[in-house]
Amino acid sequence: MATKLPATDVVVIGLGWAGSIIANELTDEGLDVVALERGPWRDTAADFNLASAPDELRYVQRQELMLRTAQNTITARNNPSQTALPMRSWGSFHPGNGTGGAGNHWAGITFRFQPSEFRLRSHLTERYGAAAIPQELVLQDWGTDWTEMEPFYDAFDKITGLSGKAGNLKGEIQQGGNPFEGPRSNEYPTRPLRQPYGPTLFAETARNMGYKPFPVPSALVSEPYTNSLGVTMGPCTFCGFCTNYGCANYSKASAITTILPVLVRKSNFTARTNSEVLRITRDASGKRATGVVFVDTSGQEWEQPAELVVVTAFTFENVRLMLLSGIGTPYDPRTNTGTTGRNYAYQTANGVQLFFDDKNFNPFIGGGAVGMGIDEFNNDNFDHSGLGFFGGGSIRVTPIGAAPINNRPVPPGTPSWGSEWKRQTVKNYLSNMSIGCEASSYTTRNNYLSLDPTYNDHLGRPLLRLTFDFPENDLKMAQYCTDKVGEIAKAMGPRQIVKSPSKGHWNTVPYQSSHVVGGFVMGADPKTSSVNKYLQSWDVPNVFVVGASAFPQNPGYNPTGTVGALSFKAANAIRTLYLKSPGALVQA
Amino acid sequence: MKTLVALLAGVAGLVVSLAHAQSGDASFEQVERGRYLAVLGDCAACHTTATGKPLAGGVVLKTPFGDLVGANITPDPDTGIGRWTLDDFQGAMSQGISRGGYHLYGAMPFTAYTKVTKEDNAALWAYLRTIEPVNNPVVPNQLPFPFNIRLSLVGWNFLNFTKGEFQPDPAKSVEWNRGAYIVQGLGHCGSCHTPKSLTGGDKNGQFLQGGTLDNWYAPDITADAHKGIGSWSSDDIVQYLKTGANRFDIASGPMAEMVEKSSQYWTDPDLKAVATYLLSVGGGGTSAPAPIAADDKGMAAGKAIYADRCAACHIGSGEGVPNLFPKLASAPLVNNDDATTLIRVVLAGGVAGATNAVPTAPAMPSYAWNLSDEDVANVLTYVRNSWGNSAPRVSPTDVATLRKQLQQ
Repeated sequence: MATKLPATDVVVIGLGWAGSIIANELTDEGLDVVALERGPWRDTAADFNLASAPDELRYVQRQELMLRTAQNTITARNNPSQTALPMRSWGSFHPGNGTGGAGNHWAGITFRFQPSEFRLRSHLTERYGAAAIPQELVLQDWGTDWTEMEPFYDAFDKITGLSGKAGNLKGEIQQGGNPFEGPRSNEYPTRPLRQPYGPTLFAETARNMGYKPFPVPSALVSEPYTNSLGVTMGPCTFCGFCTNYGCANYSKASAITTILPVLVRKSNFTARTNSEVLRITRDASGKRATGVVFVDTSGQEWEQPAELVVVTAFTFENVRLMLLSGIGTPYDPRTNTGTTGRNYAYQTANGVQLFFDDKNFNPFIGGGAVGMGIDEFNNDNFDHSGLGFFGGGSIRVTPIGAAPINNRPVPPGTPSWGSEWKRQTVKNYLSNMSIGCEASSYTTRNNYLSLDPTYNDHLGRPLLRLTFDFPENDLKMAQYCTDKVGEIAKAMGPRQIVKSPSKGHWNTVPYQSSHVVGGFVMGADPKTSSVNKYLQSWDVPNVFVVGASAFPQNPGYNPTGTVGALSFKAANAIRTLYLKSPGALVQA
Repeated sequence: MKTLVALLAGVAGLVVSLAHAQSGDASFEQVERGRYLAVLGDCAACHTTATGKPLAGGVVLKTPFGDLVGANITPDPDTGIGRWTLDDFQGAMSQGISRGGYHLYGAMPFTAYTKVTKEDNAALWAYLRTIEPVNNPVVPNQLPFPFNIRLSLVGWNFLNFTKGEFQPDPAKSVEWNRGAYIVQGLGHCGSCHTPKSLTGGDKNGQFLQGGTLDNWYAPDITADAHKGIGSWSSDDIVQYLKTGANRFDIASGPMAEMVEKSSQYWTDPDLKAVATYLLSVGGGGTSAPAPIAADDKGMAAGKAIYADRCAACHIGSGEGVPNLFPKLASAPLVNNDDATTLIRVVLAGGVAGATNAVPTAPAMPSYAWNLSDEDVANVLTYVRNSWGNSAPRVSPTDVATLRKQLQQ
């Protein structure tokens, strides 16, 4: 039996980027906010000590910052005819845990999605005709547009201190930036990071081939920066311990380096860590949430009544919590009805590795998000007529730092142990580099999320079941884009290039990216979306569900910038619209 | 929430009636003035524990003579100062004599508070009568023999205590006099920043030239150009006290607590007055020593350690990052003779203070586990003799001694 706590105005579930942004905005509004976080409290001072933070064994091999699969995992299968099995260790993606969430261990690459992405189906239909869209794809518009999104991207820029160079300032194309960007209202808050040799060589070659290289937008600040909340960040030192790690230098933006220092000082904010939400409670009508029930580490259950419930956990948990709470109708791929779990998408990770004889890239110098990219083969930036697929990828060289356990790049055919392996390691460690292509993932009818019929978590609740395989569309696109990368690689003059486009079936083992999206998507039509353009549940208007779970499909960019913008968008809607008139903000 | 408000109102009503019964009428203005003076004097530093009720006592002060504990100064009649009169309070503040006639230990800075005017004491008293009475027995004196004998304090006072209210200097500005009144009196800056004699009294001839307490060195805050804050502008000082950080430094340790609990709430005129006064206080007048040569063996070793362990934050040139990582070049703390705080933060690390204006609260990691005594000595010797700094060498023995003390 849950013990009832005093009521609060707002309960926020999960204290990563989305939860921290929204909690901060709503406490500014004067509301009492209780935030519940499944994992531990984390902050730079206590957890990411400079003397111990760069520890590959601890943070990469043993995945210190990730959710423990014993606590909660997912089951996975490629298609509905199979039986899903639980993931016992994280491979393909890395759900985070604790304050800061996945935003602690992220790389920091922070693109804005392009204006056409928010109306993808309409855009492709206008340009190529409805018949050109492959049958297998379920493409949707987001129910919002660029003018509605841009101010909130700008707000996220100012929280994170993004470093980069504008490519499109108020409609004027800028030299040195990404010309495919949507019009920005402001330049990046901090200058681009200085570029290591690998990205420099890539950019030179790409420029000579007629492409327009630009510094990858980065949440690692390039110079001292005090953000819009008064919190200060220090310049990135290229130590190379970003992805999978917390930043010891206060350089990588995360909720803990940019928002929580301010939030914890507020008397109308309460954070309860190590507190796992079991379900959202509703009144007899089912149309109004009354709060949440959560469990602490002693197994004690607590009921937290609240006027407003904001769900800001990772994609998987957002969707699972909706399924467990009965909010929305579960999606059924056979009948194509229901929306909870619909439109799950991922990403294809493609790349080309280059082995040189005469170069020294000092690959240990790096950052999660330092590098140069081109966007000519991303999304619909190139003509897809007659290609037989849609989508594309962001092509870039971003040396993340070559730590010793995982970075032993040797050419194919090298033995995996022994003296020849050692010789090749020595020969190639300094003189190899990679060009990556992180590419779009479009949804299909059979890629979805549901509750697993067999496996439960330690609290007895069904695990989330992920049904996913790469669409034919995405595999064709991956091959095409990787070949384009290969052309640039060849022009750079290496001894050997190794192309690795995504191929075959998706599987859970090799890490690709944590960019899992969809399952509780936004849109203009409640038949095909779960939340409206304000991230408000169609069915239960005092529930907002914010995160990458709202993406109807995934463009060839990293998602966090858009998660940040959607968080500001939802908070703004609550502040300016919902509080004045609590209820559905969009009539279906 | 409503119940809580009602409860507080009830308690407040009780206290007010008690105050009326004992000390007559206290106007809103007087209580409010007293509240500000209690903040100005940072009474909470010694009388409020991190988790305790306001001014209910219990903060342990480590002195070279043993532990003293901040008393309960709430109006609780049994364990606080509920039975005191204004005269008792005045006696404690200006003469160091508690109710009942026994002498207070010098950890209660009555040597500074003696300068507080009678009017200010009356306001402070009026405020203290209004706070929530808390029953919290505190044994203030936990000193070993012979220091636990209060009679010994008669001799101590003879050596270390000059009674008397602050006398304004008519030759100086009103602002300067206000600053002097705060610094010398209620602000009791000398309690940490003035060196101590063998008996623990202030060496008033070296007022504000730096003191060591509880394994922290409070640096010289005179206008000395090398060791003091002579190169800081008045605005720099105001900003430091108001926010905990300025372009040179960021407060940590006991100073961070002082900024958090006290000086961030001082009025702008008071902050300016303090800055004006501090910049008029001359330093020791000794000339800066010649820096140790860069080719010295310890310096060379220190330089390498600095590049590996320190330069990422404090920058290769010792410039630091404003509001985040303190500047080491031309820093008073770095150039002072006593390196206790520097050794301490390298060994134990530290977390900077946070205020609403500067909320970051960055941290310095502990290097005790991976730097030897000799490494710490070398890197600090290098920091203290680079980029315009010059200060005596840090010895491995100093490091070893502090390492041991910090482990206790």
